[in-house]
Amino acid sequence: MKLFKLFMAFFKIGFFTIGGGYAMLPLIQKEVVDVNGWLNEEEFLDAIAISQSSPGAVAVNISIFIGYRLGGVIGSIVSTLGTTLPSVIIILVVAVYLYEYKDIAIVQKVFLGIRPAVVSLIASSVVVLAKALGFSVDKVIFAVASFVLIVVFDISPIYVILFGGIISGIYYNKFKKTPKQTKELYKEEGEEK
Amino acid sequence: MIVSLFLAFFKIGLFSFGGGYAMLPFMQEQTIDVHGWLTTSEFLDILGVAQITPGPISINTATFVGYDIAGILGALTATFAVVLPSFIIVLTISFFFHKFKESKVIQNVFQGLRPIVLGLVASAAVDIGKDVFIDFKAVIISIIVFVLITFRKMNTITLIILAGVMGVLFY
Repeated sequence: MKLFKLFMAFFKIGFFTIGGGYAMLPLIQKEVVDVNGWLNEEEFLDAIAISQSSPGAVAVNISIFIGYRLGGVIGSIVSTLGTTLPSVIIILVVAVYLYEYKDIAIVQKVFLGIRPAVVSLIASSVVVLAKALGFSVDKVIFAVASFVLIVVFDISPIYVILFGGIISGIYYNKFKKTPKQTKELYKEEGEEK
Repeated sequence: MIVSLFLAFFKIGLFSFGGGYAMLPFMQEQTIDVHGWLTTSEFLDILGVAQITPGPISINTATFVGYDIAGILGALTATFAVVLPSFIIVLTISFFFHKFKESKVIQNVFQGLRPIVLGLVASAAVDIGKDVFIDFKAVIISIIVFVLITFRKMNTITLIILAGVMGVLFY
């Protein structure tokens, strides 16, 4: 039953996110954190960090990570199938029957409406995650530094994560007491809202 | 053919960090320059479809290119091959992460990584926003969606559909 839920959650994610990559994060967050409570906000950020620093599509990587966490290797196979299956089905239908569909005006218009919405969805994810992380000077410095390095200096996110992880490890080891315990490390699964 | 398709997409999956758009240059190199399976304009057509269909861009592109080259078997091969490296690597990392996540070192590393990832996600919003806010209508749609999700807690999927409808009405 858990595996079926896992599959359905990621199938929904694969089916309803247009634009790929980060555009998929708000929906993943909703399904995995809000609806099913499989991860808390901090663990979700950990999952993004790991997915971003591994090769391949971020959405696929996150689904592998979460699938493993919930159901081991079988779980990760199930969640990966869930994420990729909608793509495969839709693309095959398009490739076989509707190759010209990208030129249809109405599809373009739908897309023009969805893209600005995706920006808002991501922005709202940031707000929710920031609230969950809580405020402290060092966190703000880490977040702002990462934002500025990527947006202003055009540094690849992978380097920001790799070097950021090293700096964080050294910083909290040297200058800070034990990090605040991650709250509710294991939430009970299966509580539907 | 199927074997070289598999190897090409395995390579693409293995060497492209950063997902989505970061994979496209590799894909272009393998399918156009190295193997000559597609022309540049065919590749761009496929990319156009991959961007407006749901799902990860790299998966969509792999499925489409695979289909174009070798039919349904090609589509399945390319998709499987592009996911396989992620699967092996992320699974390995997940294994060690779950094993050692209570350790002080991992805790320290992720303590700072969380806000860093937050900055990264915020930068993605800015990055996509740069291409998206081409006119006033896009800004309006964006504000409506932000208000609905932040203050009304409206369902994400409903909002995506609603935004598509607004696109049709406004443009």
